[in-house]
Amino acid sequence: MRRILLRRFAQIIPLILGVIVLNFALIQMSPGSFLDVMTAEQQVSDPAMIERMRVLYGMDKPVIIQLLKYIWSVLTLDFGYSYRQNETVLAVIMQALPATVILMLASIAIALLVGVLAGVVAAVKVNTLWDNLISVGAVFFFAAPTFWLGIMLMIVFSVRLGWLPVGGMRDIGVDHGVIGIALDVMRHLALPALSLGLFYAAMYTRVMRASMLEVFRHDFVRTARAKGLSGAQVVVRHVFRNALLPVVTLLGLQLGTVLGGSVVIETVFSWPDIGSLMLDSVMSRNYPVVLGVLVLSSLIVAVANALVDIAYFRLDPRIRAR
Amino acid sequence: MSLTTSSLTTSPLATSPSTTSPAAPAPAPLVTPVVLAGRRRSPVLDFCRRFARNPAALVGLVLVLALVAVALAAPYYYPRDPLRIVGRPELWPFTNPRFPLGTDSLGRDIAAVVAHGARTTLMIGLFASLTATLIGVGVGATAAYFGGWVDEVLMRVTELFQTVPNIIFILTVVAVLGQSIGNITIAVGVVTWTPIARMTRAEFLALRDREFVQACRAMGMGDVRIMLGEILPNALPPVIVLSSLVVASAVLFESAVSFLGLGDPNVASWGGLIGQGRTLIRSSWYICAVPGVAIMLTVLALNLVGDGLNDALNPKLRDR
Repeated sequence: MRRILLRRFAQIIPLILGVIVLNFALIQMSPGSFLDVMTAEQQVSDPAMIERMRVLYGMDKPVIIQLLKYIWSVLTLDFGYSYRQNETVLAVIMQALPATVILMLASIAIALLVGVLAGVVAAVKVNTLWDNLISVGAVFFFAAPTFWLGIMLMIVFSVRLGWLPVGGMRDIGVDHGVIGIALDVMRHLALPALSLGLFYAAMYTRVMRASMLEVFRHDFVRTARAKGLSGAQVVVRHVFRNALLPVVTLLGLQLGTVLGGSVVIETVFSWPDIGSLMLDSVMSRNYPVVLGVLVLSSLIVAVANALVDIAYFRLDPRIRAR
Repeated sequence: MSLTTSSLTTSPLATSPSTTSPAAPAPAPLVTPVVLAGRRRSPVLDFCRRFARNPAALVGLVLVLALVAVALAAPYYYPRDPLRIVGRPELWPFTNPRFPLGTDSLGRDIAAVVAHGARTTLMIGLFASLTATLIGVGVGATAAYFGGWVDEVLMRVTELFQTVPNIIFILTVVAVLGQSIGNITIAVGVVTWTPIARMTRAEFLALRDREFVQACRAMGMGDVRIMLGEILPNALPPVIVLSSLVVASAVLFESAVSFLGLGDPNVASWGGLIGQGRTLIRSSWYICAVPGVAIMLTVLALNLVGDGLNDALNPKLRDR
């Protein structure tokens, strides 16, 4: 077991190397270096000064040397220096990371809870009004762009009803200890997490419903019924557990998109996380930050994928046997 | 063995998120005409009959056709630049017969923007899906057909593209290469090809050692000819389904990119309209609502058609 775990995590390393090379190649392809942007923004026009900066940032070296140097520094957790924020890239990203992770976890929790529940209900009451309602809802939320859903929710709950805040992560001046802050953050989190979560909930609903229906046809379900278990017991103890596997798989595959989706959602709700940082850096060609965000977010996804695989291992003994 | 490791490291269910079909390489249906009881049945007709049996798919098809009609009619109905200012800003829908869907914050005709936006959306969706299909089929077919280290390397690359968060990668590509329709299309294609590659690989793996392929080898056919001429037509049905679903996700990606203000600034787009109308949700929320409904209906229709294609093309799932 431990050997497999180690091997699974060792596979992340070439993946991250690949991400670095990929993004480095992209940036080499771009027209105009970030030196151009920098000098334009700071209104530096002295050629001697620009030349000194070129040497200072190592941009006079051949591309391959720059790449190797970058890989080496990433491996030592040095993502470079962000001249815009006047901080190291790692520090800049780390400041934005908690908000991103909170939003990701909250939306995944909503997606799983709503999706699995709805899927189970739809499968148990298959071909009834409930099933149809749930399926229509799933189709609806699956087609709506998350940012649009966010805006619509905002119009209803923040603008019309005034129940929830329009954006941000915390109200200014709210300070009632840890619980007060947590409640405040949760109030701000509700809409972004909901709009992001509902999209994935729709997906999980469909998968869960199909997978439940599939498991219902197996012989062991008939056996469970035959030995006199109640309907609820059969559904919860026998069908549900077996039907969960595809959802777990999908969850692993979706983590990357959840992270990306939060980029769009947070510009709607001005949630202070990696997305705004990414957009700002993309607009200002702040490449060290762009690269840092890409590498770090890929790392998060890769680790999460590995964790999901391990969860799979625990859930399905057939895989362990291989 | 290379096969088991690569299928273990990535999650076993490698289908697109929107299909609920398992990834188990289903024996692909033959596309060549089937002779049944001495009577030739046209596979096209057969396919149409199966597709028509699904009412949701038909609704989707009607919606898609309507969208195509709007896209085609846009330049005749609104011959001038849709981004031109034509009236008073923030006119509500249904208040002025000249602007049935109202005007936006700058006084542009929302109906014109939506009609022209349909063109943008469809173009990007189609070409992004085409790009993704070409890359995906190429990678998947090569990986499965040659196996060994080729398979290993290509699957690692696929995994790499699956790991990089989609939107973040698209934003980077668009930012680095410039904000144009072509770049957005390529960027969307580059992030959406991975499920197609996996599906193609699974299909090719199932077909690679079948008798008809061995017969072709024995006849001395070249690798490329066997792959493209013999295996690919048999592997195509599930790939077509995935490609049609990629169109839907491409539409969503495009709208997100233009919503963030990174779309082509000279082209009317639904996402862009939402992005610009976002600041006015207190007074004129319809500016956001109208194009959003258009996006939703489009994606919905494409998904329904994709599901219908899936039912009609995959005989294993057909009779469920």
